Amino acid sequence: MSFDIGLTLLVLAVAAWTIAARETFVAVVGFVAYGLLLAFVWVRLAAPDVALTEAALGSGLTGGLLIGASSRLRRSQSPAAEEAPGVVLKAAAAVLSILVSAGLAAIVLLLPDPAPTLAPQAAASIAATGLGNPVTAVLMAYRAIDTLLEIVVLLLALVGIWSLAADRDWGGRPDRRVSTDPVSVLTFVAQLLVPVGILVGIHIFWVGSVAPGGEFQGATTLAAMWILASMAGLVDAPAVTRRWLRLVLVIGPAVFLAIGLAGFALAGAFLAYPESHAKLLILIIEIPVTLAIAATLALLVAGPPERAQR
Amino acid sequence: MSAATLYGFCAAVLVGLGLFGLLAHPQPLRKILAFNLIGGGVFLLFGAVARRGAAAGFGGDPVPQALVITGLVVAFAATALAVALLLRLMVAASQAGSRSDG
Amino acid sequence: MSLVLNVLSVLAVCAGAFFFLAGTVGLLRFHDPLCRLHALTKADNIGLGLVVIGLLFRAASPLTALKHVGVWLLVLLAGATVTQLIAHIARPSGPRA
Repeated sequence: MSFDIGLTLLVLAVAAWTIAARETFVAVVGFVAYGLLLAFVWVRLAAPDVALTEAALGSGLTGGLLIGASSRLRRSQSPAAEEAPGVVLKAAAAVLSILVSAGLAAIVLLLPDPAPTLAPQAAASIAATGLGNPVTAVLMAYRAIDTLLEIVVLLLALVGIWSLAADRDWGGRPDRRVSTDPVSVLTFVAQLLVPVGILVGIHIFWVGSVAPGGEFQGATTLAAMWILASMAGLVDAPAVTRRWLRLVLVIGPAVFLAIGLAGFALAGAFLAYPESHAKLLILIIEIPVTLAIAATLALLVAGPPERAQR
Repeated sequence: MSAATLYGFCAAVLVGLGLFGLLAHPQPLRKILAFNLIGGGVFLLFGAVARRGAAAGFGGDPVPQALVITGLVVAFAATALAVALLLRLMVAASQAGSRSDG
Repeated sequence: MSLVLNVLSVLAVCAGAFFFLAGTVGLLRFHDPLCRLHALTKADNIGLGLVVIGLLFRAASPLTALKHVGVWLLVLLAGATVTQLIAHIARPSGPRA
């Protein structure tokens, strides 16, 4: 219990530092540290799958995105800085925040006891899905429609980002070209780490059916390896009009949707799996979805096209 | 007080901190950071509810945990879109500024 | 036997924590970026190494122990790379500049 209290205080201290820091870059570094501590909190809450997702996506990829953004914003400093709100406004904001926190804390105290839970229902049907990890069963079998919609939302965000390209860069390559320096230490690390990272990503995805892990965590690791290779200049971002790129992005949700529609014929409802083939169908969905999500996440971090297509 | 309740309080304070940061900082990137803090707090609240629902041999109720995973991914997509919009806004503003000067 | 293992584990983790403390104090108190990097690498190499050794005594299986050592090696790799990159930015013209 004292460990939990110490961890809570640490998380709150780092979060307060993120808000109170004067420089934006310092705040982003604090945010990355806060994300990693939050992953620790998730482990204490007996949610290792969420801990993996928070560490990889919430802290890792988001941190990379924000560090890149803060360094770009620092370079193009807008001369007319927005005025900071006055003392009265800050005091009003503080009062509002305290009221909201107090309201949420009251809700936490008033949660019903005994806690309502769906765990028994999840445990009862998990044998039919052939999976061993209940969170994966919820994501891919019980609430598969949520996962399908989530993948589509990722694609929509990517389309939104691509649409922000300048007119002359339309359909070009995202990010600046980084030239490879063969003796640079970053190149060495990328050449060493990327194969290991790809293996780890595939392992996390594969083991997600019986242990903590899954397709989102594995796809995030694969996307991070792509970002590392592109930072070292070993690979260049593809032009966003390339057909193979768009095929990789679309094949995940397309297979998911196809199997979902086939559920009408095979088991009587959308995204219903026939009982004997549930595990096989889930695997057939998961492999292209992992590839699609990895590509989508890497492209989300890369940003809108900035180099005109040749 | 159980660990779940303690982390529920932590989540409440995080939401408050994030809300204050959202209102008090004029720079858009700080607002995006504060918004992510609010999101983390809300997900933590889900996690506390999931932990209280531990039953049937699981450490926590798997349904809120799966919802949080979905939420984390969607929050990342939203952050990426917000950052791209912000960078484009900065470029457009600096171009407009230089055009009005020259 | 398990008592001896527990005591060794606690000692190793405490020693690792001391090195983390020393590295953090160095990070906050040193005036030169290169000196601060030097302090941080002590936390990475020896500090984490001692913590990992302390955890090896409690490892559930050889595979878990191997994973602990793998994590330490990966942190070493990442730390060394980032140290080199930061040092190159802090002093681009190399040593004795």
